[in-house]
Amino acid sequence: MSGPRVDPVTGTETTGHSWDGIEELNSPLPRWWLWIFYATVLWSLVYVVLYPAWPLISDSTKGTLGWSSRAELAEEIAMVEEGQADVRRALRETDPALVPGDPELHGFALNAGAAVFRSHCSQCHGAGAAGFTGYPNLLDDAWLWGGTVEDILFTVRHGIRNDEDPDARWSEMPSFGETLSDGEISVLAAHVRSLPSGLDPLSGQGGSLFAEHCSVCHGDDGKGDRLQGAPDLTDAISLYGDSEESVAQSIIVGPFGVMPPWGGRLSEEEIRAVALYVHALGGGEPAGTAADE
Amino acid sequence: MDNETKPAAPGGPAPGAKRKRLLDRHRTLEKNATLLLAASFVVVAIGGIVEIAPLFWLENTIEEVDGVRPYSPLELAGRDIYIREGCYVCHSQMIRPMRDEAQRYGHYSLAAESMYDHPFQWGSKRTGPDLARVGGRYSDEWHVDHFIDPQTVVPESVMPKYDFLLRATIDGEHVGELLATHRLVGVPYTDAMIENARADFGAQADPDGDWDGLLERYPGAQTRNFDGQDALTEMDAMIAYLQMLGTLVDFSTFVADPSR
Repeated sequence: MSGPRVDPVTGTETTGHSWDGIEELNSPLPRWWLWIFYATVLWSLVYVVLYPAWPLISDSTKGTLGWSSRAELAEEIAMVEEGQADVRRALRETDPALVPGDPELHGFALNAGAAVFRSHCSQCHGAGAAGFTGYPNLLDDAWLWGGTVEDILFTVRHGIRNDEDPDARWSEMPSFGETLSDGEISVLAAHVRSLPSGLDPLSGQGGSLFAEHCSVCHGDDGKGDRLQGAPDLTDAISLYGDSEESVAQSIIVGPFGVMPPWGGRLSEEEIRAVALYVHALGGGEPAGTAADE
Repeated sequence: MDNETKPAAPGGPAPGAKRKRLLDRHRTLEKNATLLLAASFVVVAIGGIVEIAPLFWLENTIEEVDGVRPYSPLELAGRDIYIREGCYVCHSQMIRPMRDEAQRYGHYSLAAESMYDHPFQWGSKRTGPDLARVGGRYSDEWHVDHFIDPQTVVPESVMPKYDFLLRATIDGEHVGELLATHRLVGVPYTDAMIENARADFGAQADPDGDWDGLLERYPGAQTRNFDGQDALTEMDAMIAYLQMLGTLVDFSTFVADPSR
């Protein structure tokens, strides 16, 4: 054979391969495909010039556009913050207690606060803020450390019983497992469980134990002390469960609930927004309520 | 096979062709198996060099960052459990420089923050959230509750239970060797670190332990009873590891080079 044979039917060259008389046509690549291929090759050359591309010993080629993902992020965040500059400044500078009086600013804070709550708070306090055993419900009006905007703001900023923030709210319930006998613990647990029904905290055998061990923090009236985060024992709300077993367990170990500080993690606006959001969930107290700092 | 057709004589015009085209030259390659093999190798080698060669100068390209240190023995053991349990299958450890990620998880990850990871845990799948900066975000108690039964605190979670971590006691018998192995692959563990590995392992989760040496060797290490039990368990190691993730760099003072 010599030279490519042309298939008489299609007029196309053959590759010269023949299997049992069947020949392979040497069809050219489709033109549209070929042009796209050339275009991508061309684009890759353009890209290499414009964008960071080739790795070098201690760096990479930078590209003439000077693009970097970090700069792009900074630009994007700056753009968003600039768009919200006025309302952010207002939120930063307005006394948080007065924000609810400004519907527009309060609306912004509530929406921003809801977003912050969903990504940073819901894991412990629940998506609906109703909490779990050991993680306080934020919807009711029972507050361990105070329920004014300022109180909530302080708690969010510094957290509770953490090692990271020196200003964290701090108190430590003793563990009575070793100082009280099993009998005393069960008497005390039964006594504490009956407080919500209106029993005098200092009455009876449980009352004398209560006076000796509990009233220093929880008060002679059992209503707790927000300066120490000591819960009110006369309401029907129990952070760690209200069964006899769980109350006894709390007396034995002394609960030590920890909340991280958000001051270094969230921006000032985010902290204020989420405090206002939590305050507006239902149990928020007006400024100047007793037991504030 | 009928393969009698000879290629056009090299250098000479193919019969019928107006001029020698690139495709005709390529034909020579296609018809010579050894030449094709050699040429394929050259092409693959170019790709390989471009991808692999920079790895040999990797240390030059990692941005210098203060605060990053090798893992303490307990953290390293926790990291091994993290890998053993396949946490990386659902959790990434890589916050990308994008607005939504930075706002949800915190500052984007820096190369230096995983420079002592062998292997790194960047991951590529997020069934669960990114964990690159999970340290300090939740209390130890939350981690214990969440490992025992994730749905008690996050009802919508699909994470399985890891309550057995609380029962699996560990004594760090081989942690010195573990550190030595990591030194072999380039982590700068000192002799003192390896010598004291087992003591540091126990001390970190012991509220009454002597932490001075540990804190000197591993600045910023967190020391406390992580799981609330007397025994040293895998839960302690796991939480010690999680609570330090992403906490070593102080972003109130560090400013990342924006051009990278």
